[in-house]
Amino acid sequence: MEWETVIGLEIHAQLNTVSKIFSGAPTAYGAEPNRQACPVDLGMPGVLPVLNRGVVERAVMLGLALDAEVAGRSVFARKNYFYPDLPKGYQISQFELPIVADGHLDIELEDGTTKRIGVTRAHLEEDAGKSLHEGFEAMTGIDLNRAGTPLVEIVSEPDLRSAKEAVAYMKKLHSLVRYLDICDGNMQEGSFRCDANVSIRPKGQAEFGTRAELKNLNSFRFVERAINFEIERQIDVIEGGGRVVQETRLYDPDRDETRSMRTKEEANDYRYFPDPDLLPVEVDQGFIEEIRGRLPELPDAKRERFVCEYELPEYDAGVLTATREMGDFYEAVVRGCNAPKLAANWVMGEFSAALNRSEVELAEAPVDAGALAGLLARIQDETISGKIAKEVFEAMWNGEGDADSVIEAKGLKQITDTGAIDAIIDEVIANNPKQLEQYKGGKDKLFGFFVGQVMKATQGKANPAQVNERLKERLDQA
Amino acid sequence: MTQETLSDWVRKLRAREISSRELTRLYLDRIERLDADLNSFVTVTAESALEQADAADARLAQGEEAPLLGVPVAQKDIFCTRGVRTACGSRMLDPFVSPYDATVVERMHAAGAVMLGKTNMDEFAMGSSNETSFYGPVRNPWDTTRVPGGSSGGSAAAVGARLVPGATGTDTGGSIRQPAAFCGITGLKPTYGRVSRYGMIAFASSLDQGGPMAASAEDCGHMLNAMAGFDERDSTSLERPAEDFTAGLDADLSGLRIGLPQEFFGEGLDDGIRAVLDEAIRVLRERGAEIREVSLPNSHLSVPAYYVVAPAEASSNLSRFDGVRYGYRCEDPQDLLDLYTRSRGEGFGAEVKRRIMVGTHVLSAGYYDAYYLKAQKVRRVIADDFRRVFADVDLLLGPTTPELPFELGAKSADPVKMYLSDIYTIAANLAGLPAMSLPAGEVQGLPVGLQLIGNYFDEARMIGVAHQFQQETDWHARVPSAFA
Repeated sequence: MEWETVIGLEIHAQLNTVSKIFSGAPTAYGAEPNRQACPVDLGMPGVLPVLNRGVVERAVMLGLALDAEVAGRSVFARKNYFYPDLPKGYQISQFELPIVADGHLDIELEDGTTKRIGVTRAHLEEDAGKSLHEGFEAMTGIDLNRAGTPLVEIVSEPDLRSAKEAVAYMKKLHSLVRYLDICDGNMQEGSFRCDANVSIRPKGQAEFGTRAELKNLNSFRFVERAINFEIERQIDVIEGGGRVVQETRLYDPDRDETRSMRTKEEANDYRYFPDPDLLPVEVDQGFIEEIRGRLPELPDAKRERFVCEYELPEYDAGVLTATREMGDFYEAVVRGCNAPKLAANWVMGEFSAALNRSEVELAEAPVDAGALAGLLARIQDETISGKIAKEVFEAMWNGEGDADSVIEAKGLKQITDTGAIDAIIDEVIANNPKQLEQYKGGKDKLFGFFVGQVMKATQGKANPAQVNERLKERLDQA
Repeated sequence: MTQETLSDWVRKLRAREISSRELTRLYLDRIERLDADLNSFVTVTAESALEQADAADARLAQGEEAPLLGVPVAQKDIFCTRGVRTACGSRMLDPFVSPYDATVVERMHAAGAVMLGKTNMDEFAMGSSNETSFYGPVRNPWDTTRVPGGSSGGSAAAVGARLVPGATGTDTGGSIRQPAAFCGITGLKPTYGRVSRYGMIAFASSLDQGGPMAASAEDCGHMLNAMAGFDERDSTSLERPAEDFTAGLDADLSGLRIGLPQEFFGEGLDDGIRAVLDEAIRVLRERGAEIREVSLPNSHLSVPAYYVVAPAEASSNLSRFDGVRYGYRCEDPQDLLDLYTRSRGEGFGAEVKRRIMVGTHVLSAGYYDAYYLKAQKVRRVIADDFRRVFADVDLLLGPTTPELPFELGAKSADPVKMYLSDIYTIAANLAGLPAMSLPAGEVQGLPVGLQLIGNYFDEARMIGVAHQFQQETDWHARVPSAFA
């Protein structure tokens, strides 16, 4: 039987406010345990939550970017359950009335087409703390630094049909929240994490199959692998005559498998009800418009603009706008050298390769946009060839100075003096009489041989276009 | 030296007729001497009280006029006090020393009040008799075989016996007014949102409101001046300009329209109490007030709605007491579930557990709409009744309680009977309205409370009317003979 996969993602993005969603404690990552937890975060008797305005602003930005409804009135509710790292015995979240509803995000599929993925809702909530199981003999340590960190949970429609689509959606959303500068997107630190609801059904069937919820998918790679594993598992279960049960499954990246955590029967009744400590969140049109005015250019718009303004192919524009930083970097390079296509090739090619090789973030790259533009300008004005430029770039990356000083120090300036080039050409022709004879006899392919010899004799510094032109003339005269 | 009210002390302290230290000593001595019979204090902070008194004397010497400068007060043990045990009447918090001060405590401290200690209360404010306290019942100073009411029973008994001139209380369904009535004192529950709930251990967040308990209405005005005000740490706190709650003391009662909700005078009201109210109404009418009958047709729904909403919120509010971070933890827990069930099972008393179970039930999937949602609708209906009535009258007047203070143990076995003690007080909480109880007479040597319910933010007028009544009568000035 042919199966169709149905996937919906729930993505938790940590909002990058300085302080927590309901208290003034800082949100910075990596502090000593329990040093960033104030009485409110600790769930002390008598404390009360006060909503951080910055959190609402960020949610509104997200809502606008997802072309969604931003609710004029949304309500915080309590989700009640006991867990040691949940200090109050309930999580403050949004349930019936989320701040953002009914949006969408377009993803690009491998075949080049675009697919629209519905976003059911996005709601605000507080994060819990962490339980630490190592280093406490027969006990569990509780670190509440993370308790109260603001999260937006973004719930997609079950519109995704493969692990690849799920990853494309997640990457697009990851890019979007970073464009909006509402989340740092750091997946290692858990700032952007994903749960996936996965089910299968016979192709053509309208009803959904029973789903499993996969947890702990903290990288794009894990999302793809966990979903693919889960699809295979469900097919095996059904084709083996079994039945998929609704349950929560944990992905174990070490074994590359999902394991059952709890079934629906064991699930909590969260007893949601509106939190009487918080007033409904009122967002008026003026506030929404003010935020709309502050929205940065979003990835899709930027991509379109790159295609029009810089005449880049769709693919290049897509790669260069994948992150806001990359787009900004590219545009800074273009401003410095005024050669959009050359800049695109270099940013996507040599520069990105160097980033990957050195495993550094764009912001920490040893060659900044100005320096790269300086190098490309030397290609443009024919001081060096593209090939030599790669050598210069390498040296720049290694901290040997800017393009001009590297070219100077290494004597890489292109030879453009016609007399000098002619002299070398004449010498090459004189040294290779046999090839000359064959060339004259009609073996045109040997032209390349002569070019190679000239470039070799100049250590690649001769201007290739000039070499071509002069060589043709000299060979014809010889 | 027990005839002076809190307001008298404010004047005498300002006039330097007595020092705060002398006054503090005086009341500390009374507590030491007399509280064994009442059990109204769970913690007495004598040492820090004298330090605060000295600081107040220094401020008085500078000519400062903070509202409660140098006046001894007590805090209900529901308010968090930094460095002092804050147990909320529960074994669960018996080991808990708060790391911070409640806003009310902070504000009263800033206003110059001297804290003598923390007063006993029903466990987590759940009770109408002060019998559910882990620290034992409080006794009524008018008759120590009787209850002082609850949940602010410790504060009411302490003020009634003049062990302290004023104390804070909290009122979720009548917890200031009912014990005020039982102990012959004046107690005021402000409009919801007037007094910050930050640091006031939550029972039912949408109903809880802190307020003053003292001998007279004027006293309550002075205390409320210190307690009330916007607090950015409480999202339900009301942002309004500062108000002087003693500004209406010279109120002219002529033309004042007072409504008598007929539902508060029906079956179930003690005849003696009815007679006391009739006399009080006569006094007010003589002073020019216009008395008319009004109707709150849905008031019979108050108690059932309350006993859905309050336990629902309580069940969630009390989830944080889990034995993990602070408070009581059971011995030698075997695993997480054991830690939770035994810590909570041993840490909470029976009434608290009963309400947690009721609250958990009404919020459960499948019951939420039928109970919690419906109760919220009833709240709106009740609030609408009041809105309609306040279009025609300025104040409502009725009994605070249906009965006189009852004997200890009389209702302990029958929770529903106990719940009905609050039949006249609950509606004001559901609607968020200000209400107060003031002494209006005696029956069989026991005090009777008169309840006033005002429109939103009308505390100053209510205090003024009560003050005028207290100019005509002396019920508020009477002290039980054993404590005179």
